[in-house]
Order: sequence, then structure tokens, then C-alpha cells
Amino acid sequence: MAVLLRDVYNGFVIRRMFTEGKNRKNVVRSVFFCDKTLAPVGRARGLSHVQSQVKGAMRTANWARVTLFLILVIIGSALFSASAVAQIDPSGDWSPRFHEDEPERIPGPEIGDYLGLPINAAARLRGDSWDATLLELPENQCRAHATDYAWRGPSNIRIWKEVDVPTQKVVAYHIYTSAYNESRTIWMDGRPHPPPYAAHTWLGFSTGQWEGDTLTVTTDHLKENWVRRNGIDRSDEAVVTEHFLRHGDYLTVAVITYDPVYLTEPFIRTTDFVYDPAQVIAPWPCEAVDEVDRPEGVVPSHLPGTNPFLNEFPANYGIPPEAARGGAETMYPEYKLKMKQMKLLPRPKTKAHDR
Amino acid sequence: MLAGVVFVALMGASIRVHAQQASNPIARDQILRTGLSSDGEVHVMHVQGNVYMLVGAGGNITVQAGDDGVLVVDTGVTRMSDKVLAAIKSISNKPIRYVINTSADLDHVGGNEPIAEAGSTIAGGNVVGDIGASAGNQATVIAAQEVLDRVSAPTGKEPAIPQGAWPTDTFTTHEKKLYFNGEPVEIIHEPNAHTDGDSIVFFHKSDVVSTGDIFVTEDYPNIDAARGGSIQGELNALVHVIDLTTVIAMQEGGTMVIPGHGRLCDQADVVFYQEMVTIIRDRIQDMLKKGMTIEQVQAANPTMDYDPRYRVDTGPWTTRIFIEAVYNSLKQGPPSEHGQ
Repeated sequence: MAVLLRDVYNGFVIRRMFTEGKNRKNVVRSVFFCDKTLAPVGRARGLSHVQSQVKGAMRTANWARVTLFLILVIIGSALFSASAVAQIDPSGDWSPRFHEDEPERIPGPEIGDYLGLPINAAARLRGDSWDATLLELPENQCRAHATDYAWRGPSNIRIWKEVDVPTQKVVAYHIYTSAYNESRTIWMDGRPHPPPYAAHTWLGFSTGQWEGDTLTVTTDHLKENWVRRNGIDRSDEAVVTEHFLRHGDYLTVAVITYDPVYLTEPFIRTTDFVYDPAQVIAPWPCEAVDEVDRPEGVVPSHLPGTNPFLNEFPANYGIPPEAARGGAETMYPEYKLKMKQMKLLPRPKTKAHDR
Repeated sequence: MLAGVVFVALMGASIRVHAQQASNPIARDQILRTGLSSDGEVHVMHVQGNVYMLVGAGGNITVQAGDDGVLVVDTGVTRMSDKVLAAIKSISNKPIRYVINTSADLDHVGGNEPIAEAGSTIAGGNVVGDIGASAGNQATVIAAQEVLDRVSAPTGKEPAIPQGAWPTDTFTTHEKKLYFNGEPVEIIHEPNAHTDGDSIVFFHKSDVVSTGDIFVTEDYPNIDAARGGSIQGELNALVHVIDLTTVIAMQEGGTMVIPGHGRLCDQADVVFYQEMVTIIRDRIQDMLKKGMTIEQVQAANPTMDYDPRYRVDTGPWTTRIFIEAVYNSLKQGPPSEHGQ
């Protein structure tokens, strides 16, 4: 059974599309959307409201997408149901799959591609000013990925729990991420977060709690870091919520980034991993070197209005330049209709495009 | 199915909570932005090694403590002195031997007199000769000569702070070194940065740098041109802090940095800040080359992309004043540097 749920919270519509059989064992896939508000809502609504919205949500769903999705789910269930086990403990070795946003994750994002990011004008100007040469500076060569971005790195992960032996209570979950050798702790013992004047780190300070079968983690004390690796950062004032969902041999991590500085709406991303007990994780050392001899203190950047590369992305991919500028509106499926009314840039004539 | 419904409800609830938190960052960071805590207390945080950070007394205070006694970098505002002394006592009962001032700012030197008077200097030899017979009655107060010039006044004129709060041991060279509590302590003059009398203090073994107002985390750097500050001196000082610091790995940890105001940092935080100030400098420099007036520069908003994080519109140091200070500093060219 495939169901599309939607509910409205604090001005945002959260949708979760998932499939399940008679019991949890067969749940193989879930997808989250953050949808724009359909009607003004003053306050969060309760569970009964969620249930009452299901029928309406199903009526308005894009049935073509749902049907395609359902077919994929059935195929997936047939392939993997034999090995799936009902577990909620996320411990184990997990291998990433790169079907979500692969071009952005492995080759890296295009300059000026802000599509689908709920950024404000300030973030956009930072992106426009960003020069990739900045990454040549020794101080930036080993700059690690932060908690909310690390899942999207080329990250094989290992999760294990720390147990207080006398009480057998889980004190913490530890996560090792291969990219940048990052080791993270999620405290489960109810300890408070550090004071605001404590240091911030790439991985921040995380505390978790179980909400049903879902491990929900809150992280603050983060350093500034990527939203997209083309100069779009979120600030060090961001707070991140993660939901860990294990469905047998699949782990889905839903990450919600709240940044009062550069994001106008929460930014939601999910990343899937597959259980891989035979996984061997290679070390990831990083040594900063002087790649280019520059005067001390130089910071490569583009002055406002001078970045010559910003139109390459919309021109090469046939996307309206207006859409490439991002903003919350560009996150939603409805934006496709608006894009059809927009003008495109002429595609550059290259052999690749001629093919 | 029910689990899915419950999950959506929980996820929505968490969004609501954090959206509310995120909508009010000013309240969350009051202690960082004002330097004063909402509970009126001075808070102590161990940084690493022998070094502690005191927050809530105005400017951040650095305390280094060990067998030799206590060394204090900056002293906060005057009215918080009792609480600062209590906080120091919670770290060590040893006598305060040294007070170091990173600048002449009143929120950094305000507690000089009561805090120095609570300590003592081991007198004898040329120490008595230099300072006088009363040398042992208080801690030695060290600062660049320019700090004494700013806070003192000729006889008959009103000084910025009482004579008892003035530095007692000034230096006119690039740096002054101590060996205290088992580690080298390097006091380095950073000419014409925030002011002309700035110093940073590097605790070598503890691996901590205390920067004073050369580096702050909550607003744009205060370039006080009237007291000898300049944008290029500020950037030189930030680069110097980056040079002094060493990370453990992945651009994190290692040397910790205590800013003049704001939260505890490491090298990466200073790098982000130096990159921001440099980019803004480059933009204003370009506008200056194009012949733009200060009004035109203000209208062009060269700090726009950093304003949601750093902009300040009230108080003595606003973003508009910062832009004007950078503009004027670039227009005047580099100041003559003292002590280089």
C-alpha cells in the first residue's frame, strides 16, 4: 500500500510518502517532502488532524508519480524482503548509495546552481561571490563536512552504541564517517547542550531520543558549513534535526537544517544507506599543502556582478536562469509549472551538445 | 501505517520547536552579543591546559592559572569586578601576579584596579627598581605603551580611567615574553588593527591565543580610526592569529582562540572571519577605485551577504560605521606602524 501523508506545521507542509505491508518488515522506502503552505495555519495540529488529511492528500497526489513509485517499491520488496529484518537499532556498517542528487555529490555541483535551495538573497550573493580557488588555500583544503552535509559526502559509515554496563542503558551512539575521518557522538543520556559561548565544531553537539521506532537527534554548536559545495553555506547559528529510520537492511537519515541566517525555510534532505557488514573503510588522511604561491591574506572571490560562470549552469542544462537562483519556491513540484513560462538561455554550441 | 502517522506528527513537532528557536537568535546569543549574561553572573569555562575563559563581565577574560599564580588577560567592566574575582578564586587560590590588557577599551580594562589590587608582584631586584617600593602591593599590569597613552592623561587633565587602573609595565617593542606556570606566554603587539595598542596573548603550552577585540564573533570588527585602528592592520592581525594557530586535523581543534567578545573558537572560525573581512575590504576598495562616495558605497551595501549574521544597527559600533571606517581607512592608505 502506498500512502502520501501531508500535514501542515508552522507554515510548512510536511509530506511523507511511504509504502508498507501488513507489518513493519516490509517497509522498504520512505520519501520526505517539504511542501509549501496550502492555507494559513496558526498552530501545529494533532494526530487526528494528520489522519484527517490523508484522504485529501491522496486526492491531490500526483498519481503518475505514485504509480511509478509503487512499481519500484514492489520490485524492491521482491528483491530485498528475504534479507530484511525488523530492527530499529541503527548500529552497523552502512554503505551509501548515490541515487539522490548524484551529480551534485560526486562530480560536485555546478557554479551558480542554487536550484531547490530555500536560500535568501544574502546566501545567493555569497554564492555569487564564491570562487572555487578558495579551496586551494591551505586553511580550506581539509575543511571537513558538517553533520548535516556529511551524509552526502562519499561517506561509508559505521554506527555503534555505547552501553553503561551496570544499567545496560544506551549512553550514546557513535558514528564514524569515512569522509574526513569524522567521529561523532550522539548522547542518549539526557545531558544538556553546552552554553552558547562554548566552541562550535563541524559535527556540533548532538543529543538523541527515541520517538517510536525513530531515533531523533538534535545538533547545535555547529561551525558554518556547506548547504551546497558551490559557495552556498548555512551559518554557525543553524540547528539540525535528524531522524534515523531503519527498515531492515536499509537506513534512511532525514536531515532538517534550520538556519535563521541564510535559509528562509527548513531544508530537508534524506539519504539512504544499505547494511554492509563486510564493509572495509579506508582511512582518509588530509594534509594541507601550499598549492599556489600567493601573498598572505589573499582571499579569492568575485566582486558583485562580475562572476562570469553563473550562466553556465542554466545554459548547459536548459534551466531558466531565474530558477537557477534558487529560493524556497524552487523546492516545490509546483514550481515546474512556473518554469515553463520562463525564458531559457541559448545553449552553448559544443560537440557535447550537438550529440 | 500508524507508525508513519506518528512519525510525521513528531517530525512536524520538531520543526515547530526549532523554527521558534531559530526565529529568535538574538535572545539565544545575548551573552555573546552584549558580553553580559542574563543572569548577571560571570561564567567560567575551561579551555585547555592551564587556560580558562570567563564570560559575562563585558569583554571576554582569559585566566591562566598554575603553581606560579594567576595571570589574567583583560578585566571586563568595572562593576563586574567582584564577580570576576570570585570566578578567578573558583579556578585558583594562588595570587594574581599579572594582568595583561589587549587594548584600552573600557570593557577590557574596567576591572584593572580592583583585580590588580587583589594580587601581588614578587618584588626585588630590578622589579622594585623599575616600579617603585610599592611594586609588591598589586599585580603587574602589562600592556603596549599605546594603552597607557590612551587611558592616562597629563597632570591636571581627566584620564580615561583612574591612575590605579593604568598599566604598570608597558612595552614598545613587537612583543614581550614571560615564562609563567610552566609555559611561555607571548604578548604580541598588533599595530593599527582595532586600535594602535592591540596585543594578542599566546599561551604556548596550553595552546591558546587570546585575541582581544581584533577578533570577535558577533559583529564586524571595530576599527577605531580615532585611536589608530585601520582595516589593513586589522587584516594583518587576523592573518597573524591564523599563522599562530595549528589544527589537529581536518581544519579543527588544536590551538583554541578566545575572542574579545563571543564564543570560544579555533582556527577555522578565524579563517571564516578573515575571509569575510577581506571580501568586504576588496569590495569597498573596488568601489573606491570607481570613485564612489561613502554615500554611494553605503547604498551599494557591500556587507549584504554577511549582514544576517553580523549586522548591528544600534549602539556605538553599527554596520554603517564599520563600512565608513573601512572606506576612510582605505582612502587614507596604510597608517605609519609603530613597533615594527
